[in-house]
Amino acid sequence: MDSRTSQTAPGTAPSGKAAVRCRGVVKIYGGGSGRVVALRGVDLQVEQGELLMLVGPSGSGKTTLISVIAGILDQDEGDCRVFDQDLRKMPSREKTRYRGKTIGFVFQSFNLIPTLTAVENVAVPLLLNGWKRSRAIQRAGEVLDRVRLADRSRSLPAELSGGEQQRVAIARSLVHEPRLIVCDEPTSSLDQDTGQRVIELLREVAVREDRALIIVTHDSRIFKFSDRMARMNDGRVVEVIDLRKTA
Amino acid sequence: MNSIALKMLVGDRAKYLGMIMGLTFASLLITQQSAIFTGLMARTFGAITDLSYPDIWVMDPKVQFIDDIKPLQDTQLYRVRGVDGVDWAVPLYKGLLKARLENGNFQTCIVFGLDDATLIGGPPEMVVGRLSDLRRAEAVIVDEVGSRDKLARAPSDGLGPKIPLAVGDVLELNDHRATVVGICRVTRTFQSQPVVYTTYSRATTFAPRERKLLSFILAKAKPGEDPERLCGRISRATGLAAYTRDQFKVKTMSYFLKYTGIPINFGIAVVLGFIVGTAIAGQTFYNFTLDNLRHFGTLKAMGAAAPTLLRMILLQALLVGAIGWGLGVGVASLIGYLLRNSELSFKLPWQLLAISGSAVLIICLSAAVISIHKVLKLEPAIVFKT
Repeated sequence: MDSRTSQTAPGTAPSGKAAVRCRGVVKIYGGGSGRVVALRGVDLQVEQGELLMLVGPSGSGKTTLISVIAGILDQDEGDCRVFDQDLRKMPSREKTRYRGKTIGFVFQSFNLIPTLTAVENVAVPLLLNGWKRSRAIQRAGEVLDRVRLADRSRSLPAELSGGEQQRVAIARSLVHEPRLIVCDEPTSSLDQDTGQRVIELLREVAVREDRALIIVTHDSRIFKFSDRMARMNDGRVVEVIDLRKTA
Repeated sequence: MNSIALKMLVGDRAKYLGMIMGLTFASLLITQQSAIFTGLMARTFGAITDLSYPDIWVMDPKVQFIDDIKPLQDTQLYRVRGVDGVDWAVPLYKGLLKARLENGNFQTCIVFGLDDATLIGGPPEMVVGRLSDLRRAEAVIVDEVGSRDKLARAPSDGLGPKIPLAVGDVLELNDHRATVVGICRVTRTFQSQPVVYTTYSRATTFAPRERKLLSFILAKAKPGEDPERLCGRISRATGLAAYTRDQFKVKTMSYFLKYTGIPINFGIAVVLGFIVGTAIAGQTFYNFTLDNLRHFGTLKAMGAAAPTLLRMILLQALLVGAIGWGLGVGVASLIGYLLRNSELSFKLPWQLLAISGSAVLIICLSAAVISIHKVLKLEPAIVFKT
């Protein structure tokens, strides 16, 4: 880790407007002899306008934590708020709607629908939010242009390189202007150069004052692009490093 | 999201075509077998269909279907004529007689003997000659299919096609000379035997001597008279069974349904079509959903509510169902059309289309329900798994 960074106590954050605030989050899978405690009281705060990377070994609970933050999983104990909304207390339908409007996703294996063109894939979140198809396609085309893929908008995912597919996925995560973007290992399927370019792009187009970005990653080459890094181990955030406080 | 659902469906060509083929096959089998079954059943009452003028059929109470002849005394005709509400009543002879062909072979024919005065009960359509030609000596009218096939003469050199029986040709019916004076077109009967029309008095001379020869009494209700009520009055007054035309059709068909293996055989084919369709199309659709589970999970994570996913899957299922059903019905209809001049009985009323459509709908909805269950139970966290 960079020697110029400053370390803070786990879970603490710089003062500012919180996008995500988790306190004592516990998540347990299964029961009996198959019981696995994935999160053991996680405290974490993510500020608006920052890019936080969640790092740690496999099985440390990173993916479970972003699933809880994104309202995909409910925690068993503790409190987790996204823009002051407690997703666990929301009715399922309302939570789904909130997720669709407020959160954007970028996945390790892109998860593009193979039978849809790039522009149609990007338009999916808009269609889910009730946009008319023609308007959604137009807007998706504009966002594809921002990720420099306007000329590939009619291509199917199989006709795109890995880097291009991830750029389409980034466009899809941004198209509906979500306030929180959650990325799971966005560069792990890409070679070094492509991964670097993708994360540069993500930082360039996604980070804004009113928006937060959480990236789960193993890829130490991209750590330098983060504002803060939260290191997890054995279901806990054991360290938060602020890379902005550099010499 | 409908367009997304459709693109997901048609984008996977192999599975899409597999589902369409499965449903087409199911629809074809269900429609075609049902249509043949319906055609066969309609043939059982073909003779009743052809005799459309009389309202009422009067017969011995023990008669179970149209070919089950239990002759009446001729005096019964006058008793029926005497019932209040009967406009007219005429005798009808119906029997199976052996025709001796020129080559010495015998062919059993269905012989109708029509009322000498009115010729009521004659064939629905004359191809050659006129019905009134039956008034000529030894006259008979033969049906077109029978004249071309079972009653046709072999060519003199023994080679080439058979020579159809024509007007002027002579037959021997039960050792009685009969001259063909006309060719008619009739509804195919269940037994597919040639049909011969003659007058009642001549038919009774052709028939073997029996004490009673009157097969049925055909009656017409007076204008304004309810035929069903009149049937009741005729039964009470004469002790005979009296049915309206439709009632007698149902009675005849019911006999065949009850006492022959036909419904079971066709029923098995229809059920097999349903099972095979369910197995192929249902399985393929389910596999299609499983293959797309990750994408449904992605949609769910991105905010697709349960009703949206449900609509998408239902739309996909209904689309393949509609295409498969349409193709199946189309192919079945084409087969029926191409074989319209053969012995194949094929009748495709709209009710059968509704039945096969419902069967395909059930197959699709069953497949969709299983798939929907899988998708709705899907944990969206699947999207984070590689």
